[in-house]
Amino acid sequence: MAVYLDHAATSPIRPEVLLRYTADLALVGNPSSVHGFGQRARMVVEDARESLADTLGCHRSEIIFTSGGTEADNLAIKGLFWARNNADARRRLIVSAASEHHAVLDALEWLEGHGPAEQRAQLHLLELDANGMFDLADLEKFLAERSDEIALISLMWANNETGVVWPIAEVSKLAAKFAVPVHSDAVAALGHVPVDFADSGLSLMSVSGHKIGAPVGIGALVVRRDVNLVPVNHGGGHERKLRSGTLNAVGASAFALAAAAASATLQERAKRDSALKQKLISGARNLVSNVEVTAESVSTLPSTVHLSFAGCPGDSILVLLDMAGVAVSNGAACQAGVIGASHVMLAMGRSEQAASECIRISFGYDTTERDVEEFLAALPAAYEGARKAGDAA
Amino acid sequence: MKVLAAMSGGVDSAVAAARAVEAGHEVVGVHLALSRNAGTLRTGSRGCCTIEDSMDAQRACNVLGIPYYVWDFSDRFKEQVVEDFVAEYQAGRTPNPCMRCNERIKFAALLEKALAMGFDAVCTGHYASLLTDEAGNLELHRSNELAKDQSYVLGVLNAEQLAHSMFPLGAEASKADVRAEADRRGLAVANKTDSYDICFIPEGDTQDWLTEKVGGKAPGQIIDVDGNVLGKHEGSYGFTVGQRKGLRIGKPAPDGNPRYVLSISPKTNTVVVGPQAALAVSEIAGARYTWCGIAPTKVDEFFDIGVQVRAHGEEVPAQAAVIDGELVIRLNQPIIGVAPGQTAVLYAGTRVLGQTTIDRTVSAVAGDLEALAENVAAQA
Repeated sequence: MAVYLDHAATSPIRPEVLLRYTADLALVGNPSSVHGFGQRARMVVEDARESLADTLGCHRSEIIFTSGGTEADNLAIKGLFWARNNADARRRLIVSAASEHHAVLDALEWLEGHGPAEQRAQLHLLELDANGMFDLADLEKFLAERSDEIALISLMWANNETGVVWPIAEVSKLAAKFAVPVHSDAVAALGHVPVDFADSGLSLMSVSGHKIGAPVGIGALVVRRDVNLVPVNHGGGHERKLRSGTLNAVGASAFALAAAAASATLQERAKRDSALKQKLISGARNLVSNVEVTAESVSTLPSTVHLSFAGCPGDSILVLLDMAGVAVSNGAACQAGVIGASHVMLAMGRSEQAASECIRISFGYDTTERDVEEFLAALPAAYEGARKAGDAA
Repeated sequence: MKVLAAMSGGVDSAVAAARAVEAGHEVVGVHLALSRNAGTLRTGSRGCCTIEDSMDAQRACNVLGIPYYVWDFSDRFKEQVVEDFVAEYQAGRTPNPCMRCNERIKFAALLEKALAMGFDAVCTGHYASLLTDEAGNLELHRSNELAKDQSYVLGVLNAEQLAHSMFPLGAEASKADVRAEADRRGLAVANKTDSYDICFIPEGDTQDWLTEKVGGKAPGQIIDVDGNVLGKHEGSYGFTVGQRKGLRIGKPAPDGNPRYVLSISPKTNTVVVGPQAALAVSEIAGARYTWCGIAPTKVDEFFDIGVQVRAHGEEVPAQAAVIDGELVIRLNQPIIGVAPGQTAVLYAGTRVLGQTTIDRTVSAVAGDLEALAENVAAQA
């Protein structure tokens, strides 16, 4: 009945993950305990760690389990900033971009606004073009001029709203020349494009379980073995003395299984998603005259379609589609339900109005051609209603 | 019908929505975000704009099993309600922002958007009832629960707006009934505190808030009805007609009686004060009048009405007529506590006939205070 096309917000748990997860929930024992119960729970965590390391292309010791992507981003940015700044007080610059997820942006802004004035972070946000891309030459120039002052670079692998994929390996290569560590929020990318930590050359990478068919409440920060971080929360140092709190053994196990499943099916899903995306875009263009596809000329996730409808408030389209049983999104989830202008589209130079006239459609492992057809069937009436609402405003 | 239930997060709108659902309508709950920087938690009796209120509204919709959305009207609210409120005070008038919000946001911007998106009506938790006359015209009437009657703030609605409005609490509901019903329906807002302060004024202190908004001191004179200068003030926007406290006039009146603000003249930045008796107003008039539903047939000759000039004021008998494009209301007995900027709502029995924003008042005893203020200013 209802059509779910908002997998970038959260994706339904995979059936095989649900089976393992519900069975594991009966597990007794704290992985940090000495006794047999604890050892069996530890076995579950370490199985998961090995499996996830295999999937992500890293060493098992490099995986720090967290509660999710937001915690991973906070640990990465604050932990690395403090460690680098402690080692050399000149390092106060953080290179990033205004289109990052709020888990990154808010952490950056917090570092910019808190602490003794001489230790506060200074942000250098890369300029983005209309496709949401930055210029590697700009980055190289900035690195050449200021590398002594740069604490870290944080750039996302793929954008959670527009699906734009950034050349993370090239960024790492460039940064390595200047010995600057790079963090990447790979939450949106994982499971949709190949993500290999070792190949990427990254120092830190954030990933999350619930976007790829694991339950909410589990994620990880991949921390290269030679990278020092200052911990953000304290209380036992369970994970490599970087992250405290009882290990979520069941969640870790579910995450590892979901990641393995996503990885094993990645190529065929990418092929299927690309076809669905084409069908959706050409269908929308046939039905509606003024639809614009965001970042069409650059590399984007096959599973994300970002559309703008001039003159149609995005929140109205979303509400009308929802009332017709089709769930899409305007992008990042928002506080108390207020849908404002997309900060990603604003960062790409769109006006406040244009940045409020867009929707995101995102596919997951169980998306079918029928879902796309139902979206297209509901689109004309939603578009028409939203256009009238736009005129009334 | 497809009904959009405006959900403030309070008990009245939740029960109204519940009744609309029960009546068989297809109901969708919408919370209006009116502030760009909404507070996290509700404090005291203020408004409906915090995130907690939004969550309460969402919870009520979830319990009722209806969809819930938040629509952002914060820009429009700022422009058409908050800025109007400030401008009115600056012009020496006493505005009613809730009235403006109904007129320009709830039954205008929200209703227009709802109709554009295919809804048939907007439903709110106001205590008032819609009746149909013999010819099938809609009439707005007072709630029987006079203590909660909100027909006054709906006086701005025209026939078209009434046709797309729904007030399920109707004439019969009492606040106690509504709370009991909310409790019975499992709505957690059953015991939520009523809101009665102006929602966008954080500490509930209008004068402090206005001083901050209007900024800068603008000293001027305080005079009496004989033109004597009694003292100075820091800005005429800080006064309301009828105000007694905070005048800071050193010497008492010769007769020892308290003095009240009678008139505020922003043109000369003068505040006129005098005895309570001088507050009495015998006539009020305004050019910005509207008829609620079908207009009276003959309005160019005075006809009997009841008039109410404040949300919780009493209705008094009067005569009204439209003269030279202005709705003129002659009060059978002078009343006190009425100032330009306020809204006069006209009643015929329990029916709301129409309303006007008051542009001018005629004092029953003190004559033309505006002219007096100008004379004193000219002499100084």
